[in-house]
Amino acid sequence: MKHSTRLLAMGAIAATAIALAGCSSGGSSSSSTDSATSGALTPVKLQLQWYSQAQFAGYYAALDQGYYKDEGLDVSILEGAADIVPIDTLTSGQADYAISWVPKVLGSIEQGAAVTDVAQIFERSGTTQISMKSAGITTPADLKGKTVGSWGYGNEWELFAGMQKAGVGVGDISLVSQAFDMNGFLAGDIQAAQAMTYNEYAQVLETVNPATGKLYQPSDLNVIDWNTAGTAMLQDAVWADSTRLADDPAYADTTVKFIKASIKGWAYARDNPEEAAKIVTASGSQLGESHQLWMTNEVNKLIWPSENGVGMINQNEWDQTVSIAKGTKNETGATIITSDPPATAFSNEYVTKALDELKAEGVDVNGTSFKPITVTLKEGGK
Amino acid sequence: MAGVVLLVVLWELYKALGPATGVVIGDLTVLPRTTDLAMPHVWDMIGRLFEPSGSGRNAVPVWLAVVQASLFSLGVAAVGWVVGVFVGLLLAILMQRFRTAESAVLPWIILSQTVPLIAIAPLVKRWGSTIEIGTFTWENWMSVAVIASYLAFFPVSVGALRGLNSPDAIHVELFRSYGVGWWKTLFTLRLPASVPYLLPALRLAAANAVIGTVVAEVSIGLRGGIGRMIIEFAQQASGDPARTWAPIFGAIAIGLVAAGFIALLGVLLRRYRRGEVPA
Repeated sequence: MKHSTRLLAMGAIAATAIALAGCSSGGSSSSSTDSATSGALTPVKLQLQWYSQAQFAGYYAALDQGYYKDEGLDVSILEGAADIVPIDTLTSGQADYAISWVPKVLGSIEQGAAVTDVAQIFERSGTTQISMKSAGITTPADLKGKTVGSWGYGNEWELFAGMQKAGVGVGDISLVSQAFDMNGFLAGDIQAAQAMTYNEYAQVLETVNPATGKLYQPSDLNVIDWNTAGTAMLQDAVWADSTRLADDPAYADTTVKFIKASIKGWAYARDNPEEAAKIVTASGSQLGESHQLWMTNEVNKLIWPSENGVGMINQNEWDQTVSIAKGTKNETGATIITSDPPATAFSNEYVTKALDELKAEGVDVNGTSFKPITVTLKEGGK
Repeated sequence: MAGVVLLVVLWELYKALGPATGVVIGDLTVLPRTTDLAMPHVWDMIGRLFEPSGSGRNAVPVWLAVVQASLFSLGVAAVGWVVGVFVGLLLAILMQRFRTAESAVLPWIILSQTVPLIAIAPLVKRWGSTIEIGTFTWENWMSVAVIASYLAFFPVSVGALRGLNSPDAIHVELFRSYGVGWWKTLFTLRLPASVPYLLPALRLAAANAVIGTVVAEVSIGLRGGIGRMIIEFAQQASGDPARTWAPIFGAIAIGLVAAGFIALLGVLLRRYRRGEVPA
């Protein structure tokens, strides 16, 4: 009796293993037939980090304005979600490209993911630590002894690096896990809360200050910007599959075209922020009108002006990200990576080609004269 | 209805009388704060239902958007429930028929429920997206339905097994002495006898299917359902705390409809419910 149970259990495990093997091999063969059957346009899937919102305005604009089609690409944009890891989607072959922050991916690369940063879209970091004026937190050193919020999941490294640089240990603060909204900060439970310039910071400015009866103003807040604190890490980048880049010339070619059209989309978002915000809203984003426009404008500030052309990975910024990833310890004493990433972790080969083609077409890829617009936020972001 | 009114009265009463900082014992907040941010007024929540939900193409009133999303989620949950009930019943019949199957499968069934949902949701999505048979392609909503059925099958298989084994030995022996086959015994004796055990199991399965659907929608970000709407509204919770409640009302409504459906099923099956202790 006992014996037969064990046999059955082993049989079940074996059957599952066979079924899984069948699934994965079926997957790789079907994707190759896909590209063969469709006619002129190459199907491309792009995996985002989150739901449709202006953080990804350039890609939605490129899709809406037909820039991808002009390059012969049929791009479908896959939205992210709470438990979707973009790099996993990319390495499992369900997406051709993925948008993700560099530090998060460095960890995946060390664990064996073969992916390459082919275009560094955001040149600056949008992460800040905000606090009420009354708390008097203006530098990372002031965080000592305070209640500090962070989302975790790889969003905490710039904060920890900034603290480490200022000589504040993780044990010197009380670290609070922060939710999607800013309620914890507004209620005073969190003294210094993590906030993206393009999202959470705006959420605070969309809330009525009970003391004044008006919306919170930037003058009510202190902002620690990791770009000026010197511990910024590279954020939104386009990631491609390293193995396919090396083995599949068609994929390498598609990569150039995809980057080219995407940068064109970002140039459109720079020159037409109102329209770009509307395109994102039309794609199904639930964000309010003024919030969406604010996000478009703030994201533009992270990209433009671009020193060497959008998407170029600057060696010193990359090195800073890697050295922070190696040298910063979190609350458990762990670092993101323990050794330098392989040379395949980033490549300027494809973005250089894309930028050359764009310059030949007369597209401004540096945006030296870029001037952000002024967005007035309304209550609740409406 | 009276229960709802009571809840509203309690909510507003606590909001009016409770301290703004909540009830704090030591460093621990035991009762919530009563600020508008933490506890919006009930009339604000209802008022938000009639405001437009978005701009441009999405400019329908919030209540309509919530109803649409709820119907979508209810549909997915129903598919998950049907699949779950079917699988659960099959497993129960298999376990009833073969003792070996019971001792082999039952531990696995229980084990299956200890796997956290957020761990399997992305996996199901990934496996699903590799399935392509002819013109059939796997849609994301099917992954959600699979996860809903994964939660729904468990109470059915356990409850039905109990029910199938419930006939008195004297009845089973009577059937055997008349030389009635196993299939006929199943349909004329065991299945009717299992109904009182099955109905609570089906109700649990319906609740599980709804929870599974909403959680899986959040997990894999399926567009159109109530789960994603909850997250989208929650992200704007600071600026507009009352609005966050709209999709939560929708989720409650789905649960009520699902429970109502099972009650209806119970009415249809009432002639088999002899001896059931009224719940």
